[in-house]
Amino acid sequence: MQVKAITLKVNGRTHYVALPPNVTLLRALRDLGYTDVKSGCEKGDCGACAVLLDGQAVNSCLVLAWQAEGAEIITNSGLGTMEHPHPIQEAFADTGAAQCGYCTPGMIISAKALLDRNPHPTVDEIREAIAGNLCRCTGYGQIIEAIQRASAMMGQ
Amino acid sequence: MYTAKPLPEVNLPPLRVVGKPLRRVDALGKTTGALVYAGDFSMPNMLHAKVFRSTQASARIRRLDVSRARALEGVVCVLTADDLPDAKLVTDMPGQTGQKQRKGSDAPVLAADRVRFAGEPIALVAAETLEQAERALELIEVEYEPLPGVFDPLEAMKPGAPVVYEPDNIVARWKIRKGDVEAGFAVADEIVENTFRVPFVDHAYLEPEAGVAWVDGRGVINIRVCTQVVEHFRSIARAVGVPHNKIHVQGTMLGGGFGGKEDITVEIFLALLAKHTRRPVKLVYTREESIQAHSKRHPFIITHRTGVKRNGRITAAEITMVSDAGAYPYLSPYVLLYATIASTGPYRVDNLKVDSVSVATNNPFTSAFRGFGAAQAAVAYEQQMDEIAKRLGLDRLEVRRVNYLKTGDRNTTGQVIRSAAWLEETATRVLEALGEKSEPPNEHVRIGQGFASYWQSYGRITWFHDTSRAWVGLELDGSAVIRCGVPDLGAGQVNSLCQITAEVLGVPLEEITIYSTDSALTPLAGTSTATRQLYMSGNAVYMAASNVRRVLLDRASKYFEEEPENLDLADGKVFVKSDPENALPLAELAGMCAADGLPLSNLALFRAPFTAKLDPENLRGDVFPDFTFGAHGVEVAVDTETGEVTLLKSVACHDVGRAINRAAVVGQIQGGSAQGIGYALMEEVQVKEGIIQTPSLSEYLIPTALDLPITQAFVLESGTGMGPFGAKGIGEPSLTPAAPAVANAVADALGVRIHSLPLTPEKVLAAVRGASEPESGEN
Ligand code: FES
Ligand code: FES
Repeated sequence: MQVKAITLKVNGRTHYVALPPNVTLLRALRDLGYTDVKSGCEKGDCGACAVLLDGQAVNSCLVLAWQAEGAEIITNSGLGTMEHPHPIQEAFADTGAAQCGYCTPGMIISAKALLDRNPHPTVDEIREAIAGNLCRCTGYGQIIEAIQRASAMMGQ
Repeated sequence: MYTAKPLPEVNLPPLRVVGKPLRRVDALGKTTGALVYAGDFSMPNMLHAKVFRSTQASARIRRLDVSRARALEGVVCVLTADDLPDAKLVTDMPGQTGQKQRKGSDAPVLAADRVRFAGEPIALVAAETLEQAERALELIEVEYEPLPGVFDPLEAMKPGAPVVYEPDNIVARWKIRKGDVEAGFAVADEIVENTFRVPFVDHAYLEPEAGVAWVDGRGVINIRVCTQVVEHFRSIARAVGVPHNKIHVQGTMLGGGFGGKEDITVEIFLALLAKHTRRPVKLVYTREESIQAHSKRHPFIITHRTGVKRNGRITAAEITMVSDAGAYPYLSPYVLLYATIASTGPYRVDNLKVDSVSVATNNPFTSAFRGFGAAQAAVAYEQQMDEIAKRLGLDRLEVRRVNYLKTGDRNTTGQVIRSAAWLEETATRVLEALGEKSEPPNEHVRIGQGFASYWQSYGRITWFHDTSRAWVGLELDGSAVIRCGVPDLGAGQVNSLCQITAEVLGVPLEEITIYSTDSALTPLAGTSTATRQLYMSGNAVYMAASNVRRVLLDRASKYFEEEPENLDLADGKVFVKSDPENALPLAELAGMCAADGLPLSNLALFRAPFTAKLDPENLRGDVFPDFTFGAHGVEVAVDTETGEVTLLKSVACHDVGRAINRAAVVGQIQGGSAQGIGYALMEEVQVKEGIIQTPSLSEYLIPTALDLPITQAFVLESGTGMGPFGAKGIGEPSLTPAAPAVANAVADALGVRIHSLPLTPEKVLAAVRGASEPESGEN
């Protein structure tokens, strides 16, 4: 298969990679070491692989790496670190919203996209925003609470 | 309307750290993406593995040709059963030693001449790239000769049915004979009989099975893997043909387990490939492979025949249970045992006959799933209680109340209930919180309310002679270290151990580091199954930390010239209780101890109560350490035009003994409820002639954020559990009452009962139309 050299801009870093056309953004990111982007189905069913692509939350398993050429890609680990967590990451930690944590990076990306366009969402708007992110551990209650808390923290 | 029954007085000692909803020690690593899961890890020079699996549910392998796959560029190794003459997969009693394995409980690692289920592994491939490994699978040639299969456990018991494996299809049987059942039915005013069915269910953890293995310079095979059981290293060693001490399982934090990572998954494949190639090997299941490869929750057919007095008192019960074990036994005998013992529900039944059987079929194999048979039992016994209430025209709480087990009563096997049995306390709180029924929005919608009480054991079967070990040490700067082999499924297992240590040693939670889940480097703590870790490893950690505390207080007593009991540890200091200003930092105390050569660490072993194995022909005696009790209630709206069921309210109340981290307890309750609600309404692995019809998360649906109300959780603390500080277990119990509560609410809304889960729109519509649903057990 024909291989093309492309540029991927991830969390402020620029990577030059040579990839065939069928490689998904999910696999490309994980191969580059962005393993905080999780793989749960590779079919668009679970949302674990969500990243921000030019500010939009997308399932990276449904995007080809070639299509992301030149776009601004933000993964959950690009939002904050353990020393300097993003308020959403902090809120998720404080409410118990991360149990096994496997859905969490994708969940936080969906929350970030939501709060960027709607800083004070209602519970129903939160439910809609994370409807594509499956969580098998929490029942979503503490996740919704975390997003509300993050919204309050960020509004200050 | 109902009012909450007042709680008995309990005087729990005040605690500083335990019970608080503190940020878990593992939380920030997870929310910032710093935590490395099993599939996130790579090594230099690493190969990628794939598993070639059977497409047939029952067939002879007439020809298997892997030569084209072996010849493919990049393929380094292809293994078949021919290469592994002695490789057997142990499926019995994971992690246990000192007990004889059940005969016939082994499964082949790779099928040799016969496949018994669709998805059974036949060959392993390791290649330079994942794409090459995937391509190699396509080049493997196999010719099957179909053999008659059996796909229904009732059929499989009939004479002449195809035998899945020798000698017959009966995997296990258990019986209970108690009192005089004939006499009990003779004095009954009514006899109520119903049959209930539950389907195959998938764990659907978000993290598919994954691992990396490599052989190190000592010749040790290291396996970095997501597993609930690091003690599998022994079974892996046996399958691979190396001594136990040449397998090192480095368990990772799990992306969910729920029982599905209790049996061996990728470990043996990885070890074999690493051993044969002498290179690191990675194996990550796709979602489809995960659904095909791991166990399912057992389908059960459960019949209750109950004799009752007009006041609701049960005079006799006859219960039969049939579970589908699938193609290999795995934990089916034990799941069935749990179901058998839980079969009556938390009710006193003096005249009881239970017959249960687990049957082999050519369906996907079944094994552990949160609830472990007790969840299936609850679906039946709690629907039966509602049917009894309906027959007698009694209130649903009342019919339960006259039968509820009390502390001091004997259960199904004659085991005395020693801890608090807050059944009425939990049920009335749930009912009070549900309140009045909501008004239906239009005439097509009917509102129903339902609740369920339950009981569930925590801790393993006592004849397994369960133990756990933990090591706790204080560092010279006053920080603390825990070493404990506990696997963390995401439920907060390691955090609980940290909070317990923080309480006992007075070290702030953030200053505790835990090393866990390692078969060689952390003391073995047993499986993260059976809701046992808080109870078992919590006690082991409590013992180890208490032993260190004793050393610290003895040394401090010399320094302060005070008796040790007048001293306490908190906030990183030792201080005089009557004069807290008179304090010394733990770092300084640790220094003094070190200077005196005193032990600042301790390795403790906790043993569960040991009992003898019971007679399967009549289970009598103690089987479990203790039980958790509680209730769940829901309100549903049933749309009679679409058949759709919407959850309006969900309330749960459990006596957890003592909460170690309140936020984590609420998380368990809400998450368990979600799985129970999914079980009731939407989850079913559909299997046709042994082939899974719901192969991915597009077909196998689990609840999303749009499907669930937030479960209101009431956390009660009787302080009577056998865990540290009087804790009971809540991991599995949180799921158990949710599904029957939903089923009861739907029956309340419709006025008729649907006897099989899940309550899909089709079944609801059929019930609305009064059409007789297939296999209805109503008489
Ligand atoms: S991995 Fe992309 S949606 Fe599941
Ligand atoms: S926390 Fe485990 S899947 Fe969401």
